[in-house]
Amino acid sequence: MIEIENVYFKYQSGTEALRGITLTIKDGEFVAIMGQNGAGKTTLVKHFNGLLKPSAGKILIDNIQTTKSSIASLSKTVGFVFQNPDHQLFSETVEEEIAFALKNFGFNQETIEKQITWVLNLLSLNQYRKTSPFMLSGGERKRVALASVLAWDPKILVLDEPTIGQDHEQKEILRQFIVQLQAQGKTIVTVTHDVEFVAECNPRVILMREGKIVADGEGKEILTNAEAIAQSSIILPQIAQVFAKLGSLGLPKDVIDIYEAKDILLRAYGRPEE
Amino acid sequence: MAVIETKSLTYTYPGGTKPSINDVSIKVEKGDFVLITGPSGCGKTTLCRCFNGLVPHFYKGEMKGEVIVSGKDVTKTQTHELAKYAGLVFQNPENQLFALSVEKDVAFGLENLGFSREEMRKRVDWALNLAGIYDLRERSPHEVSGGQQQRVAIATVLAMQPEIIVLDEPTSFLDPLSAQKIFEVIYELNKKLGITVVLVEHRLDLTAKYANRIILMNDGKVCSDGETRQILSSEETRLIGVGIPKATLLYQLLRKEGLSVGKVTPLSSDEMAKILLEVFANR
Repeated sequence: MIEIENVYFKYQSGTEALRGITLTIKDGEFVAIMGQNGAGKTTLVKHFNGLLKPSAGKILIDNIQTTKSSIASLSKTVGFVFQNPDHQLFSETVEEEIAFALKNFGFNQETIEKQITWVLNLLSLNQYRKTSPFMLSGGERKRVALASVLAWDPKILVLDEPTIGQDHEQKEILRQFIVQLQAQGKTIVTVTHDVEFVAECNPRVILMREGKIVADGEGKEILTNAEAIAQSSIILPQIAQVFAKLGSLGLPKDVIDIYEAKDILLRAYGRPEE
Repeated sequence: MAVIETKSLTYTYPGGTKPSINDVSIKVEKGDFVLITGPSGCGKTTLCRCFNGLVPHFYKGEMKGEVIVSGKDVTKTQTHELAKYAGLVFQNPENQLFALSVEKDVAFGLENLGFSREEMRKRVDWALNLAGIYDLRERSPHEVSGGQQQRVAIATVLAMQPEIIVLDEPTSFLDPLSAQKIFEVIYELNKKLGITVVLVEHRLDLTAKYANRIILMNDGKVCSDGETRQILSSEETRLIGVGIPKATLLYQLLRKEGLSVGKVTPLSSDEMAKILLEVFANR
């Protein structure tokens, strides 16, 4: 469980990036944190594994206060996948990249081998086992970065902009994957701008603005709240955009799922005299 | 008139086991807004690198076939010469920025081309404003966020006012509203100044409405090349796993159900809403 109590954070430059955040994320939850550039999203999640320590307030990860623990020990619980894979990757081959953290955590060779094979298969990276991460495309490097964190099986997974550079199919794989991880009781927190991806996953959505939380609720409810969305420099999912423009037809506006949209429209069309 | 033309272009990176682009023949006409899309690793980025000579001049490797950009044979023209005609915005802005301030980064290309001081000032301010980063002009490009770096990279290319702008997922780090505004700026430049735009994108929901043409790539090859509506309505596009805009998909679903939604595939929520309002009005 992640418990955040009235957290403030100020960068050395003087920028106050977090201004009183209180939030609880339970085990097994899937949360998307959204909001405009500079809203404090990445600053917030960097507090989960102790990369940043609050200027005021406190953060508890499974009842342990982050200021009283090391990044290394927090990282075993909280796996962090960075926005830009180039900030994370450095090994000669994909295999070594994944083995690196596992060795550091002191797993034995047999387990390391097993985990590497498991995670490479899981993310369709097997063919690149001996390839240099820098020979791969942007989207593929992104998957290697994810694989290297998943390999040690952290309980909480933080994904900073996981869909950047990913094609449609990979996003669908990522979505199914998140559902699967969630079913295993893992907590997934993602920072993302990808409205369409969030609309398909329908997680709990937290909107941030200028270091504060401005909305928190079910994806469908938040993503169709035109006012909150516009204030956060996001746009409505495309299906919600369509329904927002059909005002005169008297249809519901909180629609983000394409199949639900189809059913609503067919039903409305089939009852002409109503 | 074609401003970019490739003829049976095949290229393999040094140490690569198979070509990243394989027998690609395309033509981009002056004033086109072309969207290049396809699965991750399909060769989109590599193809773009051919347009300003990064491939093969910088990346080396083995190239066969021809690339002509603004009438110049890329293999025989130096990259700084090509930069006058085709400006590239890379996927990862960090690889592109190097100066001590945002403003100096934007001015760098112009200095090299020997513009007068006044003209430089004018163009730099124009580009900074278009990209929405005038206020950041004195900051170091390395202390601004990833999204702002992308704006700097875009401004750098805009300042040069090249004939052709090639953008490789140029707004991936920006929030959706900012990304939309940038695409609108680029679209305006395309419409008003006739600048040819080649845009690599996965997110067709944000960009399809701006493009008059889509080139679809898969496994190093061009598998479809045609008018935007035609490509988005083809079965092959769906099968390759391209993320067709949800408004377009909704149209296709309703059409399959027998609703008389007309024959023009919508590219945006505006177009789809208009179709639906008509369908319901004529019910």
